[in-house]
Amino acid sequence: MGKETVIPFGPQHPVLPEPIHLDLVLEDETVVEAIPSIGYIHRGLEKLVEKKDYQQYTYVAERICGICSFMHGMGYCMSIESIMGVQVPERAEFLRTIWAELSRIHSHMLWLGLLADALGFESLFMHSWRLREQILDIFEETTGGRVIFSVCDIGGVRRDIDSETLKKITSILDGFEKEYSEITKVFLNDSSVILRTQGLGVLSKQAAFELGAVGPMARASGIDIDMRKSGYAAYGKLKIEPILETAGDCYARTSVRIREVFQSIDLIRQCIAMIPEGEIKVKVSGNPNGEYFTRLEQPRGEVLYYVKANGTKFLDRVRVRTPTFANIPALLETLKGCQLADVPVLILTIDPCISCTER
Amino acid sequence: MNFSKKSPWILHYDGSSCNGCDIEVLACLTPLYDVERFGVINTGNPKHADILLITGSINEQNKSVVKQLYEQMADPKVVVAVGICAATGGIFSECYNVLGGVDRIIPVDVYVPGCAARPEAIIDGVVKALDMLEERQKYARKKDK
Amino acid sequence: MAQQTINTISPNELLAYALRLKNANYRLVAISSSNVENGIEMSYSFDSGNDFVNLRIIARPGDEIESISSIYSYSFLYENEIKELFGVNITGISPDYKDKLYRISVKTPFNAKEGDNNG
Repeated sequence: MGKETVIPFGPQHPVLPEPIHLDLVLEDETVVEAIPSIGYIHRGLEKLVEKKDYQQYTYVAERICGICSFMHGMGYCMSIESIMGVQVPERAEFLRTIWAELSRIHSHMLWLGLLADALGFESLFMHSWRLREQILDIFEETTGGRVIFSVCDIGGVRRDIDSETLKKITSILDGFEKEYSEITKVFLNDSSVILRTQGLGVLSKQAAFELGAVGPMARASGIDIDMRKSGYAAYGKLKIEPILETAGDCYARTSVRIREVFQSIDLIRQCIAMIPEGEIKVKVSGNPNGEYFTRLEQPRGEVLYYVKANGTKFLDRVRVRTPTFANIPALLETLKGCQLADVPVLILTIDPCISCTER
Repeated sequence: MNFSKKSPWILHYDGSSCNGCDIEVLACLTPLYDVERFGVINTGNPKHADILLITGSINEQNKSVVKQLYEQMADPKVVVAVGICAATGGIFSECYNVLGGVDRIIPVDVYVPGCAARPEAIIDGVVKALDMLEERQKYARKKDK
Repeated sequence: MAQQTINTISPNELLAYALRLKNANYRLVAISSSNVENGIEMSYSFDSGNDFVNLRIIARPGDEIESISSIYSYSFLYENEIKELFGVNITGISPDYKDKLYRISVKTPFNAKEGDNNG
């Protein structure tokens, strides 16, 4: 047995654009323990409720994270709507679902690119990000923004998408799907990708449950959990089956996300086929009073918003439990026993969002 | 462009950004915007870098990291603050764990506006930084003579 | 709006309730906390299938709250967080990061003892 060494992983680490920080306790090349710490991106934005009123806070919520920005805004708005008993128009629910699923595609494409980069597969990284731009173009055309849209508002959405544009989205997605299928073949069949991901960081179904994993991380271990099935927004009217794998290794997590992009494309098509005419926003007046827990499915898994209001325009508390936070215990467990050289890929396959986690 | 023009290498550090600007910085490197055609490469090593690109605001934790990265870079160097958080702290300036913009601790040469900053704006900022870099190089050469 | 189940219990019943939920195959979703007049209110959210339940306790200043990490191992992150951000005295967390999870300069920033800020 070798001597124990502690290696700090981060804050500036090339595998992630974000400052993640872990202390890795090593015995020779093998990780014995990983200790997380939070602070480099911690802003304390939950405490901003004291300075921004509940309408303004929508903008803060969107900036919890720039990748899942839309869904953060949506989750916050849904919480306030639930407290105030606001019924969001049906068309707005469908529009939200379309943007949410587009966000999932953009997030998964971004992740696939980062994975390719971590594997040292530069051209695959470029291809993933090139394709992702097609989705960003849709965002820009429909909302005006590429990353942060500010299109979701309490009571509905700020912009409509006309039928012409909806048709255009369908045709962009058709082309996207074709090119994307090509890329996925590399991710799923390339021998070096397989060698570097299969059997790595295995999380059994039992362990995933015991450690409270969520999202693709849990689904790759065979746990049937997907908040979209609870039917928020327009999901109740769509046909949706959670995508499951059983192996629980890095390859299975990749495969789940790859298939989820196809699923999102399908969901958007369903939405476009079913979207009703009508208003996109109801007027909201007065101040919220009460509390509510909202849960929805982000690209990285289940997120929970807890909002507590006191009848004034300033909220008592907003608390966000992000999917990465829930997946950290499972990550720490799978890191134990792996080789130091595998750590970057392993960390990446939980699709960590540090900005979300540290808030 | 003449051949002796510098190919600037960039060091990107994420202060406490929400990722919005970071993914746009990365988007600059990928095929649609492709800054590599200007010879720009994203490096992880501060000793290799000419331009320090910072997203997000400064807090008690990353203060020393940013300072250290800046000091490790060889002269001449230029700092570009990307996005409103890097400029002033932006929407988070009132948070308890946010000190403010990057210029609180190191000199900033170019401020790129936006929340999130658009790739076009980031490239514009880098091009501006390039001119400054050239200026500084000339000045340094003159001083040597 | 759908009503949500919130069960207010006393802190010393917490472990017994948590154990019951664990045996019924409930998953711990999150532990949230907020400031209330007489202390800090902690809500433990659990989920099983379509059932979403919350246990709520109030930690008064000086109270010792026992960790549920012996029942739900992954509660340690939430408990460390609440301990560091709100200053609730949670005992027996495994592993206890001893105020080292958050590397921030402010101590217990969420503990509201700094006067009126409700504008």
